[in-house]
Amino acid sequence: MNRFYVLLGIVAAVAVGLLVYSAKQDTGGTTARGANPAVTITAQDSAFKGYVLGSDSAPVKVVEYVDYECPICAMFATVQFPTIRDQLIRTGKVQWRLRDYPLPPTTHRWSRLAASAVACASEQGKAWEMIDALFDHHDWALQKSDPTDVFRGLAKDQGVNVDTWNACLSSDRYAGRIQASVNAGDALGVNGTPTIYINGRELEGANRSSDLIQHIADSIIAARKK
Amino acid sequence: MSRHRQTIAVLALIGIAIATYLWLHAIGVIGVLKCGTGGCEIVQASPYARLLGIPVALYGVVGYVLLFGLSVAGARPALAARAWPTRWLAVLSGAGFLFTLYLTALEVFVIHALCRWCLGSAVVITAIFVSALAGLPRKT
Repeated sequence: MNRFYVLLGIVAAVAVGLLVYSAKQDTGGTTARGANPAVTITAQDSAFKGYVLGSDSAPVKVVEYVDYECPICAMFATVQFPTIRDQLIRTGKVQWRLRDYPLPPTTHRWSRLAASAVACASEQGKAWEMIDALFDHHDWALQKSDPTDVFRGLAKDQGVNVDTWNACLSSDRYAGRIQASVNAGDALGVNGTPTIYINGRELEGANRSSDLIQHIADSIIAARKK
Repeated sequence: MSRHRQTIAVLALIGIAIATYLWLHAIGVIGVLKCGTGGCEIVQASPYARLLGIPVALYGVVGYVLLFGLSVAGARPALAARAWPTRWLAVLSGAGFLFTLYLTALEVFVIHALCRWCLGSAVVITAIFVSALAGLPRKT
């Protein structure tokens, strides 16, 4: 019987140790988690407020913090976002702003590279094409090898001038802009991706369906009309 | 009979750890699950990760705690010879097993993603159920 309690104690100690270790790893503070002191952020970097779809006059403003390697972001982008784009953004109800929030390389190794790939495509007016391509062909996120060649192929498919895109990616000139976006997310308390704010209020919970977002948007619009 | 209950107690403790890990993720204490495939995040972000507004993982924590308490109490000398703790362990773990079967079917057929931690919990609850059935007194 004593051996039984010793075994229980050992299992409990190991379990508690692993849980505390996991919790501490992830709650080191969002600022510490996203901070990257090696990157210099200019005023121009901070002035960039993300990739925008939709009218400035839309009554509902949505900001989504996204990590291109994140599987939930990919699922949201491919399952929910097409409906949101058709029924809310194109109808002028919602303006959607997508901001970079690459998780640390220990979690998502290629997130910053993907964010740079989008930034470099944005130079040629192809940001959303590249974003869609990264999520539509998300197999790259499951591979351990460097996805630069995959990104290059996707960029080419979107009509991006690859030579210019290559030079941009090699220069890593958007590192500051991406970090500025991460810092902005940290300041808001972003603690994972995707994190969505609708007119400044965080969409809480796991339900990020297009139906729910449409319902919230319609409620906001209806309240404005009163 | 006591041996079966001791086995169940150890398994339930492992189940508590797994369910607590998933629950801490659900309430935002743990940011990203260590999963390997990404399937855990897809499953945990699906609408099926909550039941009646409560994270499914919390039902797991409660269930495993009940199994743990019952098995530890049943393994004590005062109750070792009684059959009812094992019967209750079989009933509880049977319910947990069926619930897990439903959740695993959702992962495979509806969500199309597998969460390794959920599968780990499925293995644990199955082992508990089998141990409880094996520990039931047999009619002679």
